[in-house]
Amino acid sequence: MTINGIGVSPGITIGKASLLKKQEAALSGVVLANDADITIEIEKFNNAVALSVQDVETMINSYDQSQGKEGLEILETHIELLTDPQISEDVTEKISKEKKNANDAVIEVIADAVQLFTNMEDEYLSARAADVQDIGDRLLRNLNSSIPDTTTTYEADTIIIAEDLTPSDTISMDTTHVAGFATQVGGRTSHAAIIATSRGIPAIVGCGITLTEIKDGDLLILDGQSGAIIINPDQNTIDQYRIKQDNLQAQNNLLRSLKDTPATTTDGINIKLFANIGDANDMEQAIGFGAEGSGLLRTELLFMGRDALPDEEEQFEFYKAVALKAKGKPVIVRTLDIGGDKQLPYFNFPAEQNPFLGYRAIRICLDRPDIFIVQLKAILRASTFGRLKIMFPMISNIQEVRAAKVILQQAKDELSKAGITFDKNIPVGIMIEIPSAAITADLLAKEVDFFSIGTNDLCQYTLAVDRMNEQIKELYDPYNPGVLRLIAYVIDQGHKNNVEVGMCGELASDPKATLLLLGMGLTEFSMSAAAIPEIKNIIIHSDLTKAKQIHSHIMEMDSSTAITAYLQEITL
Amino acid sequence: MITKDYIITAAEGIHARPATNLVKLTKNYSSLISIKKGDRTVKLSSLMNILSLGIKGGETISIIIDGEDETSAIIAIDAFFEEELKHL
Repeated sequence: MTINGIGVSPGITIGKASLLKKQEAALSGVVLANDADITIEIEKFNNAVALSVQDVETMINSYDQSQGKEGLEILETHIELLTDPQISEDVTEKISKEKKNANDAVIEVIADAVQLFTNMEDEYLSARAADVQDIGDRLLRNLNSSIPDTTTTYEADTIIIAEDLTPSDTISMDTTHVAGFATQVGGRTSHAAIIATSRGIPAIVGCGITLTEIKDGDLLILDGQSGAIIINPDQNTIDQYRIKQDNLQAQNNLLRSLKDTPATTTDGINIKLFANIGDANDMEQAIGFGAEGSGLLRTELLFMGRDALPDEEEQFEFYKAVALKAKGKPVIVRTLDIGGDKQLPYFNFPAEQNPFLGYRAIRICLDRPDIFIVQLKAILRASTFGRLKIMFPMISNIQEVRAAKVILQQAKDELSKAGITFDKNIPVGIMIEIPSAAITADLLAKEVDFFSIGTNDLCQYTLAVDRMNEQIKELYDPYNPGVLRLIAYVIDQGHKNNVEVGMCGELASDPKATLLLLGMGLTEFSMSAAAIPEIKNIIIHSDLTKAKQIHSHIMEMDSSTAITAYLQEITL
Repeated sequence: MITKDYIITAAEGIHARPATNLVKLTKNYSSLISIKKGDRTVKLSSLMNILSLGIKGGETISIIIDGEDETSAIIAIDAFFEEELKHL
């Protein structure tokens, strides 16, 4: 039998199930008789708080730093929650005014707080209900010493099965023996999930009630990637998973060891592997994956989820933070790409028949230079803190590029006049994502320093396919010979005109496409940070001569089915 | 009394970790420090209260400080919002 949940921490584990059961504290219904009892119960509560803080402090002191700092931060948050004046005030009030004993008062106050968090829309905050429940359980354990703590030691290769795991369950879990866990509830942002990832133990959450099918001692295979749990598998399945486990381990070691290896082909061509990022945090994380810069900083995040446009100062701080985290590595800042499906509450977009063919991105910026120039000035100011480049999205003709450059010049003039320093030679480029721009790449090249091919929109506009439309999603296909020819043409024209060409669309992170793109002459790939090691591994085992042959061969093929089948075969 | 508005620049809003640091910081001052979002004002000394405001990135909050050491408290809070929250 197989159970499916949400795989939150990848890896395969084979081991014996151990069910974690919790004894729950129950309401006593006691009504306090007099003021003396009230004083005693308040005293009991305060004692429980002190004991609980001691418990957590002991956990902090014995915390193994090699397990990642996440656990420590959670424990510090728990100390704050245990000593929270609001909780203390609410409990004390229930005891003194409603004449409840400490046990009942804590249960009720914690239940209300848990409810409050559970109902929050924000997924992260709603997951904090688990922390409140956790400190509540701890208080109750210390109030009623009869409820034992759940900390136990396990046999090697134990897989913990629980309805839910509190953050402290997870932190105090003896991971030298616990080889994985699965829970009925929980999501990707639950602390249990975060801790599992930081400790590298496979974990599955959100399995639902079917998890109760598992009995103590059952042999389990837990696949933290796919989210599958196989109960009492046959020998054949176990053997298969053992092989999978070994391969995965070998692959992980390899990919991790690649972090500092340059992405150079076997015949010595250096390829730049960049990350697509949304803010300074992403930049830092991307460097951890071996990114040599960012080929796409999306600036929309700064403009979305708020009531008014961010001013120049706020934007400057945002770009500056990214530039600093990049530590001298290049970052391509894409100017505002809103409109279409990305709406802003404080900006009035007219209703449109075809938002993707409508008022968006550079079209808005050229229409509203007052908004555009603020962003350009902020980017220019931040350019003294790193190697920033400016990129305009949704360019369909050369006049738009020239108009955008006029506003950029105006921004530079205003800064110079104010005596503010910036990178005077900041490189300027454009996204190639509209077919007319791809076909006129030779003309556009004369106006810019670089191109970045946005394959998602290029594919959608070239094939006239709405990729959100389920009925025609088969037609959305970047391996369509028409799309591939456009891409090859842009790369070729870029080289002929001394313009750098990169790619920041999904195709850049597709391992099937890597050899073909190398063969087309692409030297800069920008993708989600996590995809970098796998693409790098392909590059360091490829040579350009072979890649060019593959490219010529594919250009003669007339169907994407044949092309993908061929690419699949040679990539393996 | 000092009142100052801040825009939360961290996309994920004020999460448990920065909120914990904010509460710890508050404890260094004798002034009454409150945080206001919309029409709700709560004491900054309670992590529960701060989290219960559900502050998201891009939202504006006000900090209200009242007491003898309010001028030194606002400097520390300024530094917190300027530096710490930005670099999450």
